Amino acid sequence: MDLDDLDRAILRLLAAEGGLAAGEVGRRLGLSQPAAWRRIRRLEEAGVLAGLRVDVDRAALGFGVTVFLGVKLATKGRVSLEDFERAVGAIPEVQVVQHVLGLFDYRLRVVARDIADFERVLRRRIMTLPGLGQVEANVLLTEERRPGPLG
Amino acid sequence: MQTDETDRRILRHYLAEPGLARAELAERAGVTQATLWRRLERMAGAGLIGAPRAVIDWRKLGYEVEVSLRFTLDKTNPRAFDEFIGAAREVPEVVGIETFLGRVDVRLNVIARNMAQYQEVYRARILALPHIAEVEALMLIATIKESEGLPL
Repeated sequence: MDLDDLDRAILRLLAAEGGLAAGEVGRRLGLSQPAAWRRIRRLEEAGVLAGLRVDVDRAALGFGVTVFLGVKLATKGRVSLEDFERAVGAIPEVQVVQHVLGLFDYRLRVVARDIADFERVLRRRIMTLPGLGQVEANVLLTEERRPGPLG
Repeated sequence: MQTDETDRRILRHYLAEPGLARAELAERAGVTQATLWRRLERMAGAGLIGAPRAVIDWRKLGYEVEVSLRFTLDKTNPRAFDEFIGAAREVPEVVGIETFLGRVDVRLNVIARNMAQYQEVYRARILALPHIAEVEALMLIATIKESEGLPL
């Protein structure tokens, strides 16, 4: 999909405040409500605007630890990727599962209440996954989303 | 602030699907819309949840390549983290920056339209970032699950 400057301005605005109504978007960018609505609708229909996300203070909600795991499958070719993905995707503490190419086969983002809770998830849920091989853990300290190439 | 079972039930449904209409969310959480509104306002006021943000699907905008770059920094320089992150913020193709405790110090999420453009960004912008000791790349094949949901 091709974007013009107004589309990019709309994306920048909604990426910061996703809950804005079309009228408010229009007001801030000097568009009429119907014109802003049509453009937002077009971005949604093209799938460029792919829903909403909410930033959460995980620590305040009792989830003080977020860990990224790099996972290598032990027996490539013999374990079905679908089986692994289904099993790992069903773990409630696993927020993100990405199939990657490189040093690891999968990246997982795991939330836990504290380090002891993380150890429980790792031992009981992760280490028992079908076909699991080497695992590397890195504890998340800070994260920041950037606006990306929107001009 | 302390959350109770009702707050957590609302959050469970809200975080799983933040785009849900308020009426539908209230029904799923088993509360009235007035209660839902009040509880969400209170949790937002206490900083537990932020304002919703739109998710941009970069692939739909022609960014076919997404790479996770994992860096080890030269920590003999005390300003290594700040200077590296400051410079990484200046690269438009960097859509995410994370810092870690572990073998990896910093991860950058980088998008590009195709491999040729990725190569250009990597060579001209990424390798030019200060204090890099080591870099590894993981190329994204598919995202199987992505959720902000918490096992509340």
